Amino acid sequence: MLLNIKYFGMLAEITNCNEETHEFSKTSVNELLAELFRKYPELEAKDFKVAQNHEIVSNDSNITAPEIALLPPFSGG
Amino acid sequence: MKERKPKNVFKEGAISSEFIGNSIAKHQSKTSIGAHNIFLGQVRADVIEDKTVAAIEYTAYEDMANEKFHEIREATFEKFNLTCMHIYHSLGTVKAGEICLFVFVSSPRRKEVFKALEYVVEEIKAKVPVFGKEVFEDSSHQWKVNS
Repeated sequence: MLLNIKYFGMLAEITNCNEETHEFSKTSVNELLAELFRKYPELEAKDFKVAQNHEIVSNDSNITAPEIALLPPFSGG
Repeated sequence: MKERKPKNVFKEGAISSEFIGNSIAKHQSKTSIGAHNIFLGQVRADVIEDKTVAAIEYTAYEDMANEKFHEIREATFEKFNLTCMHIYHSLGTVKAGEICLFVFVSSPRRKEVFKALEYVVEEIKAKVPVFGKEVFEDSSHQWKVNS
């Protein structure tokens, strides 16, 4: 599946982009993260959550939607 | 309960005192209201390692954030007897001393608005994907984390 991956806040500084497409042939969020950590080693040390369909999902859930977002700690208000 | 559609909560830049004043004035025709409660989030000039925060630059995962604001709004109307509720959050640059969050709840009775306002603000802080970059006077920056 061709994923559209969005990066926010400090994560976008590491990846140097706000979003990118990523061809993904495996299953889980963890497997996707392993691929992203290979591409961006600095990401691995960062605190963030993964959202799919605009909802936070656990890292052992399956990727089912093309839009995935990596969200650092929230700081609204 | 009336169906409410997701609205765009975000405004570019600071929320002005004129905008806030006009929002209050618009409620004078809603005479079932007996109590308003307002939260204003203001950008604080924190000093971190001798550097002073000059502004916060806000970005958001806007689609998800507007959905979360909508869910918070629906849950708040379920929990509390409110007449109306308005939420506005800044995007982009907000200087120290300016307002970045405006939450306005109204009810026939005061006790409801005290409880409802705290609930809404805490939910926003915890659940809405908004990210604040604290920009110092020397143009360096760090990423804010809600405490």
